[in-house]
Amino acid sequence: MNPVNYLYLAALLFTIGATGVLIRRNVIVVFMCIELMLNACNLAFVAFSRLHGNLDGQIIAFFTMVVAAAEVVVGLAIIVSLFRSRHSASVDDASLMKL
Amino acid sequence: MENLIALLVAAPLLGAAVLLCGGRRLDRVGHWLGTLLSAASFVIGLALFTDMLGKGAEERSLHQHLFSWIPVEGFKADVAFQLDQLSMTFVLLISGVGTLIHLYSIGYMEHDERRRRFFGYLNLFLAAMLLLVLADNYLLLYVGWEGVGLASYLLIGFWQHKPSAATAAKKAFLVNRVGDMGLSIAIMLMFTTFGTFAFGPVLEATGETSEGKLTAIGLMLLLAACGKSAQVPLQSWLGDAMEGPTPVSALIHAATMVTAGVYLIVRSGAIFNGAPDAQLAVTVVGAVTLLFGAIVGCAKDDIKKALAGSTMSQIGYMILAAGLGPIGYVFAIMHLVTHGFFKAGLFLGAGSVMHGMNDEVDMRKYGGLRKYMPVTFVTFGLGYLAIIGFPGLSGFFSKDKIIEAAFAKGGTEGWILGSVALLGAAITAYYMTRVMLLTFFGEKRWQPDAQGELPHPHESPKSMTIPMILLAVGSVFAGGFFSIGDRFMHWLEPVTHHDHGDSPLSAATVTGATMVVLVIGVSLAWVQYGRRPVPVVAPRGSLLTRAARRDLLQDDFNHVVLVRGGEHLTRSLVYVDHTLVDGVVNGTAASVGGLSGRLRKLQNGYARSYAVSMFGGAAVLIVATLLMRAV
Repeated sequence: MNPVNYLYLAALLFTIGATGVLIRRNVIVVFMCIELMLNACNLAFVAFSRLHGNLDGQIIAFFTMVVAAAEVVVGLAIIVSLFRSRHSASVDDASLMKL
Repeated sequence: MENLIALLVAAPLLGAAVLLCGGRRLDRVGHWLGTLLSAASFVIGLALFTDMLGKGAEERSLHQHLFSWIPVEGFKADVAFQLDQLSMTFVLLISGVGTLIHLYSIGYMEHDERRRRFFGYLNLFLAAMLLLVLADNYLLLYVGWEGVGLASYLLIGFWQHKPSAATAAKKAFLVNRVGDMGLSIAIMLMFTTFGTFAFGPVLEATGETSEGKLTAIGLMLLLAACGKSAQVPLQSWLGDAMEGPTPVSALIHAATMVTAGVYLIVRSGAIFNGAPDAQLAVTVVGAVTLLFGAIVGCAKDDIKKALAGSTMSQIGYMILAAGLGPIGYVFAIMHLVTHGFFKAGLFLGAGSVMHGMNDEVDMRKYGGLRKYMPVTFVTFGLGYLAIIGFPGLSGFFSKDKIIEAAFAKGGTEGWILGSVALLGAAITAYYMTRVMLLTFFGEKRWQPDAQGELPHPHESPKSMTIPMILLAVGSVFAGGFFSIGDRFMHWLEPVTHHDHGDSPLSAATVTGATMVVLVIGVSLAWVQYGRRPVPVVAPRGSLLTRAARRDLLQDDFNHVVLVRGGEHLTRSLVYVDHTLVDGVVNGTAASVGGLSGRLRKLQNGYARSYAVSMFGGAAVLIVATLLMRAV
């Protein structure tokens, strides 16, 4: 199967993720959309790795996974404490950082 | 011997430091200490003088390098002294007359509780003036120049409790500042032109310098001389400076400091010789001032102000002579020395009269004093004969030479300058006779003072009369002594050089003409003030008299042109500052403020809107990168 198709898929997934980040208000969904974007990137890296015939992209994909795992831990912790203090999971409710 | 030069300056400087920092403990001996240190300076000067006389004319210049003041790459300022014949003349005049006036002040300032401070200032003045004439470069001369300005300011305002004295001091300081600016610009020009400001290299290099540059330097030096020597247009401070104690008027505003401008021009002779336009300006300033001062002197009823007008006028003669170039340098200095004697003597005499007359200064309230103050009368009279140029006395020789030199300049210029100098001699005879007649002759016109007491004129104490007698001796004999065999000319020639010029008139004709105008001046004054009784209250007088009483409207002129003009200038500058400068600054601030107010709205706290800008930015970057690739 042509590796370029994987790139199309990656672009599609990334766009879905980005759109989700921009339009959804539920913080859990936004978080999942971010994960989707990260994994779209991983897919693109692996596809490039295959296209160019070397392992650089695959190694980067591993790095991304590690970072994503760490991010999930921190992000979920923030979401939980946010929900505890504000009793809401809407990103728009947490808009205190403004002038 | 050259190691002694620094001591000339150090002695009075030490006196000033001790007297001004010593406190009240020194009140009882302070005046003697000051006089002693001034005398020490004179004695050292005499020792150096005798040593100098023992040498050949070309080896007489001594040089002492004390220390490097500002040693920087490409800029070298040294504290070094140069003692040649010109400096020597000044050293003897300054320390000699200075010592006599210190002695006089002991009696004159006896009842003043700040006498110690007064002597401290006098010593400070001597140190600064000696530094001025001994410096071997223009920068060190400038230090002395400012020093005498400071001492003059302090001494004019010595009786600072009188508002008039405080104002006069401030005025003298400010007007002098204009001249000082000229000197500092001249020194900067010298440095850029010659790369140095030591006398030797600068004056030797004038031959290879363009006339334009020399003219610029010369005019700036002239401005400096105008300020310090009270020449038109910076003359207005000298009359008011008479608010100071009389010994100060005698020492600083008659004999020494005000002649610093003449010294500067004669010392910079090589520069002026290469710049005929600057020389012409000098002679014009001298000629105008000699008439200006003389006319003012005719109208003043205040004895010191009349003498101040006369000082201005006599310095006008010196500046005129200095502007004539090598024809006149020697005579400028010779007149300076003889003037130092007789004018200091006249001022001390005026001080003695005031001392006896309860500090009255209006000559219309004197009259008939010759019987009561015989010593003052005789010494003042000899000074009077000297200044009007009575045959055989000092002024006769020195002023006559200047008039001759003015004619010797040649051409129309020579005729004009010579005639002005002759006219000045007539007016000098007139106003000095007037002073003499009003003060010592006629009937008594004494008026009770503020306490209602009639004055009891009496002869002044010994400490005051002795200096007056010594100065009178100088006024009688100095001119003749200098002129026998052209002694003074030969003495100064190695420094100033001399040129006889080409006179259209013989020396005898000039002398004859001088005598004629002298007689005319004296008789006019006698007709007006000797033959008729003098009214105690001055009559209204003609337009010219009234103008002359107001110093020929110099202050009104300064007020209208400079003060008002300055006010208008500052007002318009303030307006420009408010509208233009502040407008630009405030406008910039306001527009930045408005812009940031709008930008602030972008930070609304919604994470999703930040995400939009992030994605938008990334999209723009990607599109831009792709476009760049495509191009």
